[in-house]
Amino acid sequence: MIKVLFFASYREKLGIDRLELTEMPTNLSALRDLLCEKGQDWQEVVKDPRTLVALNQTMTRKNFEIKEGDEIAFFPPVTGG
Amino acid sequence: MISIQKDDFDPGFEQDQLSDNTGTGALVTFTGLVRDENLGDDVGGLYLEHYPGMTEKSLRDIIDEAAERWPLQAIRVIHRVGQLQPGDRIVFVGVASAHRKAAFEICEFVMDYLKTRAPFWKKETTPEGDRWVDARESDEEAAKRWGQTSL
Repeated sequence: MIKVLFFASYREKLGIDRLELTEMPTNLSALRDLLCEKGQDWQEVVKDPRTLVALNQTMTRKNFEIKEGDEIAFFPPVTGG
Repeated sequence: MISIQKDDFDPGFEQDQLSDNTGTGALVTFTGLVRDENLGDDVGGLYLEHYPGMTEKSLRDIIDEAAERWPLQAIRVIHRVGQLQPGDRIVFVGVASAHRKAAFEICEFVMDYLKTRAPFWKKETTPEGDRWVDARESDEEAAKRWGQTSL
């Protein structure tokens, strides 16, 4: 199982803060495709070029293989400070 | 060293805790406050969301990078989350070093990366309703001036 998390405006837009997937996509690209099948709002979040992705709480800009237990987060550009 | 908290903090107290040896020659602190205006609109309040776990990890990574670049003696980072009002303290970065140049630079470096890498998001209350604050290109540019990092 993997956890997929959404934060801030994405959490509100999708109406959900986490998904738990027992059927694991092989990599980030496959996960993006899977999420896009869920509808227009999901496509807008996943395909937004500003969307940031973190794998196990570290930001990454590359595609990566997905392993059992991974935590993958999608969020908009950060605005702290 | 790092605190993510709902409660307020005392910058004077935090500064005093930074220096416990006579080798410290410079203390630089930054305190960020909630403003009552943004993009021409009145801001009545601010809600801070974060990604628990990753927030602390990203701040540790930023501090580790700073410690590799400069002679850092001590550092304290506090960031508040939850509901805040105009005038409230929101963030504190305090740095101790032997000399002022390093202390100023570390403080700026940590703030620049905190603003562009640490997973916090602001939602502000305005007369037109609540809205998520957009990231600023100028913050990303400020972080880039430090050159290549592992962050």
